[in-house]
Amino acid sequence: MRALLLRDLRLAIRAGGGFGLGLAFFLIVTVLVPFGVGPQTELLSRIAPGILWIGALLACLLSLDRILALDWEDGSLDLLATAPLPMEGIVTVKAFAHWITTGLPLVLAAPVLGVLLSLPIPAYQWVVISLAVGTPALSVIGTFGAALTVGIKRGGLLMSLLVLPLYVPTLIFGAEVARRGAEGLTVQTPLLLLAGISFGVIALLPFASAAVLRINLR
Amino acid sequence: MSLWEYANPVKFIRTTDKVLPWIWTLTVLCLVTGLIWGFFFTPNDFRQGSTVKIIYIHVPSALMAINAWLMMLVASLIWIVRRHHVSALAARAAAPVGAVMTMIALATGAFWGQPMWGTWWAWDPRLTSFLILFLFYLGYMALWEAIENDDTAADLTSILCLVGSVFAVLSRYAVNFWNQGLHQGATLSLDKEENISDVFWFPLLVCIAGFVLLFIALVFLRTQTEIRARRTRALLAREGQA
Repeated sequence: MRALLLRDLRLAIRAGGGFGLGLAFFLIVTVLVPFGVGPQTELLSRIAPGILWIGALLACLLSLDRILALDWEDGSLDLLATAPLPMEGIVTVKAFAHWITTGLPLVLAAPVLGVLLSLPIPAYQWVVISLAVGTPALSVIGTFGAALTVGIKRGGLLMSLLVLPLYVPTLIFGAEVARRGAEGLTVQTPLLLLAGISFGVIALLPFASAAVLRINLR
Repeated sequence: MSLWEYANPVKFIRTTDKVLPWIWTLTVLCLVTGLIWGFFFTPNDFRQGSTVKIIYIHVPSALMAINAWLMMLVASLIWIVRRHHVSALAARAAAPVGAVMTMIALATGAFWGQPMWGTWWAWDPRLTSFLILFLFYLGYMALWEAIENDDTAADLTSILCLVGSVFAVLSRYAVNFWNQGLHQGATLSLDKEENISDVFWFPLLVCIAGFVLLFIALVFLRTQTEIRARRTRALLAREGQA
């Protein structure tokens, strides 16, 4: 498992495009928003938590097809499937590697981009915390979507259509934590629910992803 | 004699062929009676005026939008557990019908909301969850279309249906948490004091029955079509080999 994780990480860093691209996309989305809605500070600081969450979600979505598609194309997925590691383990490791290469940088970059959107001061910690709790769920759900569409040529658009509705609960609670944090309200309830979604998804969804992957490899 | 005998496509087609005319007759009967009764022989609501009559399409279609997904869920489970092809095809057949029902519910809701709430659309929990349900239907149908191998498609879509159901329920509660609604609560529950008045209730019941029958008839018909289309494809493939 550790070997697979290290391999995925190394590939993501050295092959290029994995690490930086998601971050760059996150940056460009947050830069584009003020152009779209105007530069008024009070408006921007009101919508900043939501924009940061949507930006992170889209950046996550864009990098999903890299989780499995490359391994599918060069056949290493077939090799992995015959390895002693159970498919559930492979899928979990893949999702974890995706989170380290995409989710974690997004969490770290969010406060910097918050400055651009004049995020209110108390909101910084809650944006970071909510993203840190929520992005693992995004990675795991995304792995399920990637496993579903791995056999389809040009499945990227279809994957977005399948994955985005599944992101709704995570986005709602995550953005709610950030928004309440920005307004200085108590964030306990949405934060707990967000954590519940993350843990539940991490615990259960790999089984579905593995089943789907087995069908696709049949 | 068990229920599973109908999993045989030939048996399924033969039985549904026999039953379908009856179902269609009942459907038309129920819909015509229910709608005419509802539209012309019920009083206007004292606050909502004649717009209250939208209820005769709005409520049954919304009901069927959810039940169609439930039916797909059950059919998918049967496919996963017992691998009857008719079951997978029935799930596939039900999806577009359910999507259209969702759209009808959303559209009639908009027509009703415009005069009553003064807006076509509000980010109300019920409205939002229906929109999300509609997206789920779209994704489900798109996945069926995208995969060439029939069995793989059936497997993948049934798992998507199971996972989607969990997330649909999650979304339902999440949007409840996220925004307070304009939409009224349930008015048709069996155990509540403040239900809809009987004058509206009986024609509505007939309409609901009509929509249920319509759904059954459409699903039977579409499943038959799917079975026949698959047979044709198999025959063509065999001819191509010879």
